[in-house]
Amino acid sequence: MNILVCVKRVPDTETRVRIAEDGQSIDPSGVKYVVSPYDEFAVEAALRTKEALGEGEVAVVSLGGEDSQETLRSGLAMGADRGVLLKGEVTMDGLATAKTLAAHVEEEGPDLVLLGVKAVDDDQQQVGPMLATLLGRPCVTGVAEFEMKDGTAVCRREVEGGVEVVEVDLPAVITVTKGPFEPRYASLKGIMAAKRKPLDTKEVEVPASSLEVKALEPPPEKAEGRIVGEGPDAVPELVRLLREEAKVL
Amino acid sequence: MPTDRDDYEQLRKAVRSLCARYPEEYWRKLDRDRAYPEDFVQELTEAGFLGALIPEEYGGGGLGMGEACAILEEINRSGANAAACHAQMYTMGTLLRHGSEEQKRRWLPGIAEGRLRLQAFAVTEPDAGSDTTRISTRARRVDGGYRISGKKIFISRVEHSDLMILLARTTPLEEVEKKTRGLSAFLVDLREAGDAIRVRPVDTMMNHATTELFIDDLEVPEENLIGEEGRGFHHILSGMNAERILLASESVGDAYYFVDRATRYAGERIVFDRPIGKNQGVQFPIARAYVQARAAAAVRDEAVALYDAQEPCGPEANMCKLLASEAAWEAANAALDTFGGYGFAEEYGIERKFREARLYVVAPVSNNMVLSYVGQHVLGMPRSF
Ligand SMILES: Cc1cc2nc3c(=O)[nH]c(=O)nc-3n(C[C@H](O)[C@H](O)[C@H](O)COP(=O)(O)OP(=O)(O)OC[C@H]3O[C@@H](n4cnc5c(N)ncnc54)[C@H](O)[C@@H]3O)c2cc1C
Repeated sequence: MNILVCVKRVPDTETRVRIAEDGQSIDPSGVKYVVSPYDEFAVEAALRTKEALGEGEVAVVSLGGEDSQETLRSGLAMGADRGVLLKGEVTMDGLATAKTLAAHVEEEGPDLVLLGVKAVDDDQQQVGPMLATLLGRPCVTGVAEFEMKDGTAVCRREVEGGVEVVEVDLPAVITVTKGPFEPRYASLKGIMAAKRKPLDTKEVEVPASSLEVKALEPPPEKAEGRIVGEGPDAVPELVRLLREEAKVL
Repeated sequence: MPTDRDDYEQLRKAVRSLCARYPEEYWRKLDRDRAYPEDFVQELTEAGFLGALIPEEYGGGGLGMGEACAILEEINRSGANAAACHAQMYTMGTLLRHGSEEQKRRWLPGIAEGRLRLQAFAVTEPDAGSDTTRISTRARRVDGGYRISGKKIFISRVEHSDLMILLARTTPLEEVEKKTRGLSAFLVDLREAGDAIRVRPVDTMMNHATTELFIDDLEVPEENLIGEEGRGFHHILSGMNAERILLASESVGDAYYFVDRATRYAGERIVFDRPIGKNQGVQFPIARAYVQARAAAAVRDEAVALYDAQEPCGPEANMCKLLASEAAWEAANAALDTFGGYGFAEEYGIERKFREARLYVVAPVSNNMVLSYVGQHVLGMPRSF
């Protein structure tokens, strides 16, 4: 079984992000980049599936610039067999990304495409379902864990208050969320082996973005706390403030 | 936070992820019980990190000093203590550089795999600390090998090793032209030593598994002599630069650990209605410690570049060891001050790291000896003692 995992290079969640002077992008200086954490869950799921089946191939693909090779190498160091860099511009437009990935999936024809449920930089959660739609494949989103049974993927989705089990026939697209398995770290051998694994670069035409970022703003500074009063007497005032000022009730 | 320029991010990240599985409670419990971090060491071994410096042809990672430094630095930065196993990385250097092909084929693959632990290195004696050539452990030639007797102290990880490199005199001090001659390096198989080596733990202020050895008629076969008889001091000396650079990296990691923790705490702790980090008295010592850590890392990187280019690196190896151990100590104090009373509470981990970081000012060579080396051999001043 061939599995293709789409991975994205994103700023480290621990990086303190600053907005660039143009007010429309983030200032890349001093920013550390990582594989989007949900994509790491997807790579882990792919590797586990391959190990459970005892056969198959896991490839990682990333749309991005030259730098995204690093992202692919991380996947290879974890254990993926090969990587493909689709060299092109990543925009806010999930559809443009999905179209670019779809063209590549058509070409490779993997049985299963895995993606993180979202990229942690723009949080849009668009690409997985759009990709599935473009390919005419079924899509299961937000899967915590899945298992192959006679050519079917049995997926567990964590939904409000319970677990939903969904079976999907391949070929399919699955978006992965945090599940019971921590992504493995790369062993020294894995890191060394990654240097020798195939990593191809393909120039791609990314459709023009139909979305434009107008402005980025930092979240408002957290206002200082206020003590309304003490004991039961303070409750009515607290409720009034929560309703009228904070508007959360 | 930015650190030294980073070519090894993937390696660092892998080490960080591994260490994240061993949180502060793990280390605290071991510290309290004075127990060995067996699971941690095992996992680090299985992931191949401790075999980084062993060439690929012997089953190791075949990496350079830079990568090895990144591994140890990251371990200590994460809050763990690489001292439990750092010697598995470099003690084999003596064997690698001076052993015969047959010895290397016999031992290195097992060491690379972790099946064999070679992480004990016996030099120091009660009557010969900094003055190594004064050691009196004696190896006498007998049929088929040597018979060794003597006493060693502060020999770490013996109880967690299969093999140990031992320095002993094969020719008495009175009979050699130069006092650095007449010493020999042996690979001792601890599994076969039986009663010939008695091991007595030395309780120290931190969890370090260090011991005193009473060696009585230990038989070591001829084929376990490493390099030439009488040249042992020179054989182990070449490994000492590696040791200094690597331990300097642990100290750099310690310094960053304290800076990371202190910075975070200084931003969170509110006293007099403001984060304590707003006060210069709190902020500046942390900033200074960071500057010193960066400076130590820069000299460490110089030493690494020379070492990997196989050029002489004695001055840089010694200087980075001094700078890093002092940076770590300065950072440890800044962190302890920043945490106030909580720094002394075991729960926070600061006091444990504080005790652990202090060692490297003294061992494996005391900073006074580093200064005398720099004064004499770098600056050409007279020998100070
Ligand atoms: C926890 C721990 C683990 C260790 N592990 C090992 C190990 O695995 N293997 C091993 O072989 N050794 C080990 N050691 C020993 C360590 O390398 C020695 O403690 C160190 O080299 C100093 O020797 P010493 O303790 O005899 O001090 P001494 O040589 O007695 O020195 C005492 C003090 O005097 C100063 N001094 C001495 N001579 C001079 C001089 N000429 N000029 C200026 N100052 C001077 C020193 O700098 C030091 O401050 C370990 C030590 C410790 C504490």
